[in-house]
Amino acid sequence: MPNKTHITANINGEEVEFLCEPRQSLLEVLREILGLMGAKEGCNNGNCGSCNVILDGALVNSCLVLAVEIQGRSVTTIEGIATPEGLHPLQQKFIEHAALQCGYCTPGFIVAGKALLDQNPNPSEQEVREWLAGNLCRCTGYDRIVRAVLDAAKA
Amino acid sequence: MSTLDKPNEYKVIGTSPLRHDGVDKVTGRAQYGADIRLPGMLFGAVLRSPHAHARIISIDTSKAEKLAGVHAVVTARDLPDLESKIVELGEGIVNRRYQSNNTLARDKVLYFGHAVAAVAATSSHVAKEALDLIHVEYEVLPPVMDVRKAMRSDSPILLDDLRTDEFGKKGDSPTNIAGHYQDKCGDIEKGFKEAKFIVEREFTTKMVHQGYIEPQNGTAQYNPDGQITIWCSTQGSFGVREQVAEILEIPISNMRVVPMEIGGGFGGKIGVYLEPLAVLLSRKSGYRPVKLTMSRTEVLTSTGPTSGSYIKIKMGADATGKITAAEATLIYEAGAYPGSPVGAGMGVILGPYRIENGVIEGYDVVVNKPRTAAYRAPGGTNAAFAAETVIDELAEKLGMDPIEFRLINGAKEGDRSINGSAFKRIGYLETLQAAKESAHYQSPLSGPRYGRGIAAGYWFNYGGKSSASASVNNDGTVSLLEGSVDIGGTRTSLAMQLAETLGIPAEDVRPTVADTNSIGYTEGTYGSRTTFATGWAVYETANGLIEKLKERAAILWEVEKDKVTFENGVFSSGDEKLTFKELASKLDETGGPVVASAAVQPKQYGPGFAAHIVDVEVDPDTGKIQILRYTAVQDVGKAIYPAYVESQIQGGVAQGIGWALNEEYLYDEQGHLLNANWLDYRMPVALDLPMIDTILVEVANPGHPYGVRGVGEVPIVPPPAAIANAIYRAVGVRMTELPMSPARVVEALRK
Repeated sequence: MPNKTHITANINGEEVEFLCEPRQSLLEVLREILGLMGAKEGCNNGNCGSCNVILDGALVNSCLVLAVEIQGRSVTTIEGIATPEGLHPLQQKFIEHAALQCGYCTPGFIVAGKALLDQNPNPSEQEVREWLAGNLCRCTGYDRIVRAVLDAAKA
Repeated sequence: MSTLDKPNEYKVIGTSPLRHDGVDKVTGRAQYGADIRLPGMLFGAVLRSPHAHARIISIDTSKAEKLAGVHAVVTARDLPDLESKIVELGEGIVNRRYQSNNTLARDKVLYFGHAVAAVAATSSHVAKEALDLIHVEYEVLPPVMDVRKAMRSDSPILLDDLRTDEFGKKGDSPTNIAGHYQDKCGDIEKGFKEAKFIVEREFTTKMVHQGYIEPQNGTAQYNPDGQITIWCSTQGSFGVREQVAEILEIPISNMRVVPMEIGGGFGGKIGVYLEPLAVLLSRKSGYRPVKLTMSRTEVLTSTGPTSGSYIKIKMGADATGKITAAEATLIYEAGAYPGSPVGAGMGVILGPYRIENGVIEGYDVVVNKPRTAAYRAPGGTNAAFAAETVIDELAEKLGMDPIEFRLINGAKEGDRSINGSAFKRIGYLETLQAAKESAHYQSPLSGPRYGRGIAAGYWFNYGGKSSASASVNNDGTVSLLEGSVDIGGTRTSLAMQLAETLGIPAEDVRPTVADTNSIGYTEGTYGSRTTFATGWAVYETANGLIEKLKERAAILWEVEKDKVTFENGVFSSGDEKLTFKELASKLDETGGPVVASAAVQPKQYGPGFAAHIVDVEVDPDTGKIQILRYTAVQDVGKAIYPAYVESQIQGGVAQGIGWALNEEYLYDEQGHLLNANWLDYRMPVALDLPMIDTILVEVANPGHPYGVRGVGEVPIVPPPAAIANAIYRAVGVRMTELPMSPARVVEALRK
């Protein structure tokens, strides 16, 4: 078994330490070592966005990031989107707009939506569709997801 | 957007409350199959065939077994060698021997990605390393990749024991044709003689995948007393129990199947793949829990897909626009084992129309591709692509509006299909009329190479067995247990039917999807049946609660039970009145808890009809088709939970657009799947689609207390034909091959 590396990072606002193998992706470490099961594996090669997290302000597919790369960096996962006061507006709007069916892609879409609104608080429909083109949903046809993100921007 | 132009006669049904599992699903807390973690759990991996067709000479697992961290290796030798026996499975019947051989190949591998061996180890990485140490010796055989070649007498044979089911009788020689079926009515020659215009065309479609985002997974704990628990992503927990019981020859009573949240299915998660392997590996590793998950590549090579097909269709119409005759031949790829949805395709292809003279032939043909699975209205989309394109062409020859042509020929109550079955109350004509009057259809469309197409769709829907139970809490809420996996909001569509019946808000119902030990038998979430059939079980359960609560009110009021009435959520007798909630608070003083349950098997499911309108723009240089506007009109019976009814329609349309424009399995000559990832198997993304408008037509199904028809499947049926018809209006070419990818469009334009 390969040697493990000691990593310290900030995950959802908390300092976290863990040991991981160099071959382990951030997605694998989030799920298998840290128990953060909200990021989902859909393809493990960067095509579906189900494992989206925000790394130092940038939207990334956590399946394409090696866990050793997050040393000293900040990660926001779906578990870190809601605040102690309650759901993030994106989360609330996804429920209100029925922007999910099976819910498997939903964490990725909400994380991606947050990364969008953080840098562009008032996106057009076209901008939302372009931004979310890295996230696959097979249930909804995207209509309600796009509406939820546009509505959350107004909230 | 939707149109519900009738006033709603209900308080809860027809509204859109927040779904009960919404917060869990937007916070990442919902537990899907791969999220399960158990003490001492091992991780599995599956070795898959690199060949499309080969005989297995030998499998040597000795090196893999010696790798540190490996706890068990299994091959087909660990499975019972089953005799052939036909068993019912979800939307079809299967031979359990083939089901076993699909789980782990015994003598032959029949497709690229066919499972050959499985390993359990301390980590998924170790398990995958162990796969590299398993040595399989193959004798490679020529692959059979095309249905029409597979039907030839000189074709290599996939299954030595396969004989054609020829109109119910078995053939006597080896073949790749698993079945040959026929429906007919009237006098086909006379019908074509009466025609003024006849159109005949051939259509081909490629294999496509359901494309659920969550890969298959299965976790099992085999206990030393023989009791087994399986956690998995399935559309039907009882179906998993039955299939694993058949494959492993284990009594169903030894198994508890826990359906985890499911990340999409669309028919592809009815059959089992990993569950029996997890059970075997758990047993062989000394009763450790074992989890298996598929990679996306494995999902594409080895699960699903639905059939590619060849369809030849000929239709004739007289000068008045009446269809005088139709004949069709459908040849569907079954994949490696029999069981394509050709029978359903035969039902769909001319199903929506009154045809007095018709012949439909169907062939179920095995080829060296993955065993096909159900996919949303299985077989229907292929069939409608052919029929609805030819119908469009007939309307054009007649100089008739394509919706008008369909209105003249569309089926209504009492009409018979070519197979002889008669329709009960259906809403096809109402759906067409709503499409004709829609703002979309009435709007002008102009632009270079812009075109508007329309197509219709039909799906039978299904009823099946369902159970529910409910208990009244002292605070007036009701806990609801049901056996239908919630794949897209059915916890709430079921809770709403309970709430409506009891006269309480949907929010006062606590719905839970129960495991196989905790609820009566319930078929899977397929056939657009859950809101219909499990909804009916829930309705009966609510009525059971009402009867028992009437008894409690009678005790309180010291009257006979039959003097107590229940209306609009209020129990009353003379001047005495108690709301449901008030009475719930008095249970302890009248005899204790109140629970009720019901099990049903409703037969009068209502068929679904759809009419879709699409505007496209064709780029003649690149062949790209841009969807400009899309409206789906559908008879939904009664929309219990309209937001999710609309979403089902929108999702079905999006899948249909993907099937129409991009999606296909690409094989090389040796039968290797070339695009087993989502970069190369391209499903629609948000940027590819416009908003998808829906118009809900409500022709109540008289066979359900709230008028429910299934809604989930029919929306995938019309899109490819609607888009093909739009392309024709835009650039004047008839597309007869799916997908209508840029390369095919450019090629068609050049001809």
